[in-house]
Amino acid sequence: MLAMNYRGPYRVRVQQKPEPRIEHPNDAIVRVTRACICGSDLHLYHGLVPDTRVGSTFGHEFIGVVEEIGPSVQNLKVGDHVLVPFNIFCGACYFCQRELYSNCHNTNAEATAVGGIYGYSHTAGGYDGGQAEYVRVPMADVGPTVIPPDLDHDDAVLLTDALPTGYQAAEMGDIDEGDTVVIFGAGPIGIFAAKSAWLLGAGRVIVVDHLEYRLQFVKTYAQCEVVNFKDVRDMAIHIKKMTDGLGADVCIDCVGCEAVGNVMQSITGRYLKLQAGAATVLHWCINSVRKGGTVSIVGVYGPTFNAIPIGNAINKGLTLRMNQASVKRHLPRLIEHIQAGRIDPKQIITHRVPLEEAADAYHLFSSKLDNCIKTVLIPPKAVPRMAVEV
Amino acid sequence: MDQAVQAKQGGNDRSRYAHIQGWGADLDHRNRPAYPMERMPARLEHPPQHEPEQQQITTTVFHSTERPRITPIFGSTVPPQGLSGRLRAWAFKYSENNVFHWLLLLLADRINMMEGIGDDLRSGHVPNVLGEMGIKAELKHNPAGFARKVAITSAVVGVACFLIARNRRRG
Repeated sequence: MLAMNYRGPYRVRVQQKPEPRIEHPNDAIVRVTRACICGSDLHLYHGLVPDTRVGSTFGHEFIGVVEEIGPSVQNLKVGDHVLVPFNIFCGACYFCQRELYSNCHNTNAEATAVGGIYGYSHTAGGYDGGQAEYVRVPMADVGPTVIPPDLDHDDAVLLTDALPTGYQAAEMGDIDEGDTVVIFGAGPIGIFAAKSAWLLGAGRVIVVDHLEYRLQFVKTYAQCEVVNFKDVRDMAIHIKKMTDGLGADVCIDCVGCEAVGNVMQSITGRYLKLQAGAATVLHWCINSVRKGGTVSIVGVYGPTFNAIPIGNAINKGLTLRMNQASVKRHLPRLIEHIQAGRIDPKQIITHRVPLEEAADAYHLFSSKLDNCIKTVLIPPKAVPRMAVEV
Repeated sequence: MDQAVQAKQGGNDRSRYAHIQGWGADLDHRNRPAYPMERMPARLEHPPQHEPEQQQITTTVFHSTERPRITPIFGSTVPPQGLSGRLRAWAFKYSENNVFHWLLLLLADRINMMEGIGDDLRSGHVPNVLGEMGIKAELKHNPAGFARKVAITSAVVGVACFLIARNRRRG
C-alpha cells in the first residue's frame, strides 16, 4: 500500500509499504479516506520527538472505512465509515474508567507519560498512523465512532483531534460567564479554542499570533480580537494594558514547543535542545494571566524539561491544567454543536492534497506557505472531494 | 468603563453576545463533556467488561522501566535494528525520569537517519533528498526564499572552503 514514510528530520516520502494486519483479536483494518497533517506532526517532522524511527508512518487524524475486523470485534462491521479518535485506548484501565482516554495505561509500552497515539513515534506506542491507504486500529470496539450520515466528512476528520483538542483547551480553562480569555496560537487548535471559549460563555476572546493571514482568519471565523506579537514589545504588559492592569482570567497555550517570539527560548530550546523546546508561550501565559487565574495547556512539549517561571505561578495562585484531549468523551457534544450550526469546523481546511504529495504538503505546512492553515491528505483509494495540487 | 470590567459586568446583559453563534451553549458545567475531569462510570456505548487480552509479541518491543512488562496492546511498527537499535535498548535501561533515557533516544534517531540513507543506497535507491524536503512546494510558493537559502548556503560553504584552503597553505 502507499504510505507516508519518515526518513529523518524535514524528510518524508510516500512509498509502498506492507499493508497492516490484524495483530490482536479486537483490531480492525481501516481503509483511510481522509487524513490530516496536525501541527504536532511538525514536531515529529522536525525531529524533536525522541524515538521517532525512520520508516514510521505519521498521521493521528483520519477517517475511513472498516475493511477487516478481528474475531472479538462486536461493535463495528465491515463497511462502517468511522472517525477514529487519535487516542488509542482500552476502555478498561484505571484511567479509561474515569474517561481519561488520552492517559490509557494499556496501550503504550514505551512510556507511561502518555497513552497510545496513532503515528506519533514509539514514545507514543509505536503505532503506524493514518497518512496511508490502510491503518491498523486497535481496540476497535471502543475507539472508532461511526460517522452520522448527516455529518460532512471534512467535519468528521476534524473531530478526530483538532476540534476536541481546541474545545478541551477552553474547557480546561474553567471559563466562567464574562471571562476574558487569551489564546496563544492561531493555528487550528487556537482557532477552535477561540470558538469554544464563546460556547463556554467567555465575555472577551483575544487570539495572539505572528502570522497575519491566520490572525485575519480567526478574527472573522471566531469573531474575536487579535494581537500580532511582532507589534508588541512585552506580551504580558500588553495583555495587562488590555485588561485594566489585571491580566486575563484564562490564558491558553495552543502553540507548544516550537514557539517563536523569544530569542533565548528559541536558542536554548529549539536549536541547542537544552530544554524540550521553547517555553515562550508558557512564560507568556503565566505572566499574562491575572492572579488566581487559570492557564490551560494543550501545546505539545517534549518529555524532558522546560524552564518556566513557576515562582510567578505560585505567587499568583494560578491553576495550571493540561492534558492531551480525550476525544471520545467530547464527540457527542461536539457533534451536537456541529449539527446545531454553532460551529463549522471544515472552514479551516485550506488545502486538500493527494497522499502522493505528502512531502510537499509537509513543507507547505511547516513553512506556513500559501496561507496554509489545515491540510487534508487524500489517499488514492478514497473518493476525493477535491484534490488540489500543491 | 474599561473593557475588562465591562466584559465581566456584561453577565446580566447577554444580548451583547447575540451576534456570537452558540454563545453560552456550554455555560452550564453540566453540558461540558469533560466535567468533572474524572468521571465514573465512563459513558462509553459499549464499555469493556475486562482488561484487554495480551497481544501476541512477535517482534522486539521495549517497555518503560516503570512497567513490569509490555502492555496488552502495543505498536509493532519499525522494530529496533542496527546501531540505533542498540542505543534504544540501552536507553530503555533508564527510567523516563532520567534525561539520559531521552538523550540516548534522540541520538539513536540521528544515527537511524544515517542508517536509513545507507539502507536506501544498499537497495539501489538514491534518495531524492530535496524532493523529500518539499522542494516542489518551496519553488512554487517561496521562490525568493529558496534563492535566499541557496545564496546563504553557498556563501557559508564558500567561506568554509576558503578558510580550509588558507589553513592548508599556512600549514
